Amino acid sequence: MAGEMRGPGRPQPTLIERLGDERVRAVLFQVLVAGAVLALVWYLVHNTLANLARQEIATGFGFLDRPSNFAIGDTLVDYSAADSYGRAFLVGILNTLRVALIGIVLTTMLGTVIGIARLSPNWLVARLAAVYVDTVRNIPLLLQLFIWYSVITESFPHPRQAYQPLPGVFVSKRGLMFPVPEAHPGWTAALIALGIAVVAVIALAVWAKRRQDASGARFPVATTGAGLLLGLPLIAYLAFGAPTAFDVPALRGFNFRGGLTITPELTALLLGLVIYTAGFIAEIVRSGILAVSRGQSEAGLSLGLSRGLVLRLIVLPQALRIIIPPLTGQYLNLTKNSSLAVAIGYPDVVSVLNTTINQTGQAIEGVLMIMGVYLSISLSIAIFMNWYNAHVALVER
Amino acid sequence: MTKQVLGAAAAAFALALAAPAAYAGETFDAVKAKGFVQCGVNTGLPGFGTPDSNGVWTGLDVDFCRAIAAAVFGDTDAVKFTPLSAQQRFTALQSGEIDVLLRNTTWTVTRDTSLGLNFAPVTFYDGQGFMVTTALGVSSAYELDGATVCVQPGTTTELNLADFFRANGMSFEPVVIEKLDEVVGAFVSGRCDVYTTDASGLAGTRSTFPNPGDYLVLPELVSKEPLGPVVRHGDDQWFDVVKWVVFATIQAEEKGITQANVDETLESTDPVVQRLLGTNPGMGEALGLPDDFAYQIIKLVGNYGEIFARTVGPDTPLGLERGLNALWTDGGLMYSPPFR
Repeated sequence: MAGEMRGPGRPQPTLIERLGDERVRAVLFQVLVAGAVLALVWYLVHNTLANLARQEIATGFGFLDRPSNFAIGDTLVDYSAADSYGRAFLVGILNTLRVALIGIVLTTMLGTVIGIARLSPNWLVARLAAVYVDTVRNIPLLLQLFIWYSVITESFPHPRQAYQPLPGVFVSKRGLMFPVPEAHPGWTAALIALGIAVVAVIALAVWAKRRQDASGARFPVATTGAGLLLGLPLIAYLAFGAPTAFDVPALRGFNFRGGLTITPELTALLLGLVIYTAGFIAEIVRSGILAVSRGQSEAGLSLGLSRGLVLRLIVLPQALRIIIPPLTGQYLNLTKNSSLAVAIGYPDVVSVLNTTINQTGQAIEGVLMIMGVYLSISLSIAIFMNWYNAHVALVER
Repeated sequence: MTKQVLGAAAAAFALALAAPAAYAGETFDAVKAKGFVQCGVNTGLPGFGTPDSNGVWTGLDVDFCRAIAAAVFGDTDAVKFTPLSAQQRFTALQSGEIDVLLRNTTWTVTRDTSLGLNFAPVTFYDGQGFMVTTALGVSSAYELDGATVCVQPGTTTELNLADFFRANGMSFEPVVIEKLDEVVGAFVSGRCDVYTTDASGLAGTRSTFPNPGDYLVLPELVSKEPLGPVVRHGDDQWFDVVKWVVFATIQAEEKGITQANVDETLESTDPVVQRLLGTNPGMGEALGLPDDFAYQIIKLVGNYGEIFARTVGPDTPLGLERGLNALWTDGGLMYSPPFR
């Protein structure tokens, strides 16, 4: 017995006495709460499955292999109604990713410009930027999407009277159609060469930084990089026969065929998301810049640096530390807000899974898939931004 | 997140929380206990389920909700309406939020089986059609190759559309918008060449346009759309009640019993009529209903022909002919099994 091994002067504490210990109580309560949560989850899952089984509602993810039988308007990969629900799901994910990525890039650029404009010494520019921020931030996004969608579908002409701003480029209610090069090894080679050039430029920049840190000697990365980015694809393109055939959109029947189309739904969604989110990003950028004390830029100026260099070398690196964390939040917002696409008919993952849920009746699986997709995308963005934040954070020496 | 996903999530949650024994054969008992029928209807489809200017629900589907209430309670107001989108409707029924779904819902194998639902007799035989602007210069659905088509998601329409174009080797570009107002708006603005849904829905929508003459419903019907009441699995008695309410309206029309003459018909010596109206009792009791349930339906709501004429018939803005929905004796498909 444990008690016999102890010294005679120290009897084993009773259960009640042990509860007097704060640490024991803390552990006990945590175990109880965790147990209650687990029991609730188990109850919900068990009960759901039991109810589904009793009402003879199909469960499981077997439906993903079955033909979807519905069409999707705007796809990045080949898809037809004969393909599976799984493939439709992939189309939806890609459409969501497309909107999120393009949206994040554009909204960052627009938000930064507006944020800096708010700090402009020019009265008119600063006022206009302020009006922009106050307007777009205070109108619900869904409403903005409806407005952009109606503006596009109401104000542009029918395909038969489409505007043609450039030869082969058409603008109508059905979207923006423009020519694309016809498939040819020359274009593929140029694309691969571009990829190689990007890697080479990054490697070059890292090498140049190290060399400058070590020896102080500078290397013209910008000009060399531009040369590589333009030169390599051009050489590859010429070497593989310099194809000139283009797939030009042409009006046949009701619609334009050929070329590439940017649909009104995608345009309206991007306009809405970018313009709305840029309002928030502008304020984040402005506050970040204002948070860097004036003394910093004055010191830079007194050293003889130009205004541009002061902004780039002194103000921005410090402002970024403040900007990055809230910026991450806005990126996540933009991604999640893209689910409003369903209201204006852009086939994002929510729209596709909504249809899937309806055709299969498997709501629980569908909702779980939607949650999984947004969780994965949001966590990926958060992880990347946290890495970047750590990268620009103050390194204490 | 959108309303539909919230709806689906809420329904999923309701399925999770519902006590395990809540509906096992007890829908009918629950309906009788609470004193009214909870009926899922369209959010606003003229002729089938839409609130009028006074907020009173009207339409063919709505009238059958009222007929069920008349049969169970002898009171057409003992019914509450839950407007549902195409996407919300099945989860609302599965989770027990509503007792019966009457929302121009097409009877299909998948819905009848893997969704855990049962379809009562068809109340309206429909087919999918296409509407275009007269300016488009098209006179047949087979000329629509390459067209942009506006359609609502989560419907059999969306599937038939893909099937029709595939079967005929034609291509199309879908524009899929959930809300009826928005999808019709997109069509009217010219975003789409074609709007497609059930022919009755096209007629209803067209009747609301300021200039219906500018729009044309193409002659081809590309699908079978039998629309009828839906209940969930698990209460066969309730399923029977819903079935025989529909049959009673058809049988009444066949026997020429109308809202106006039902009282004098009580004197009828025809045994079929006597069994139907309960003067010769037994039918109601078998269904767990009052013996005069059919009398109440006809007195308070009317027979099938009266319901049809009042909601979607030639004298309404929809102006639909009976067609397939005529009685079997008139060359249609409306047929009631015998009341005996």
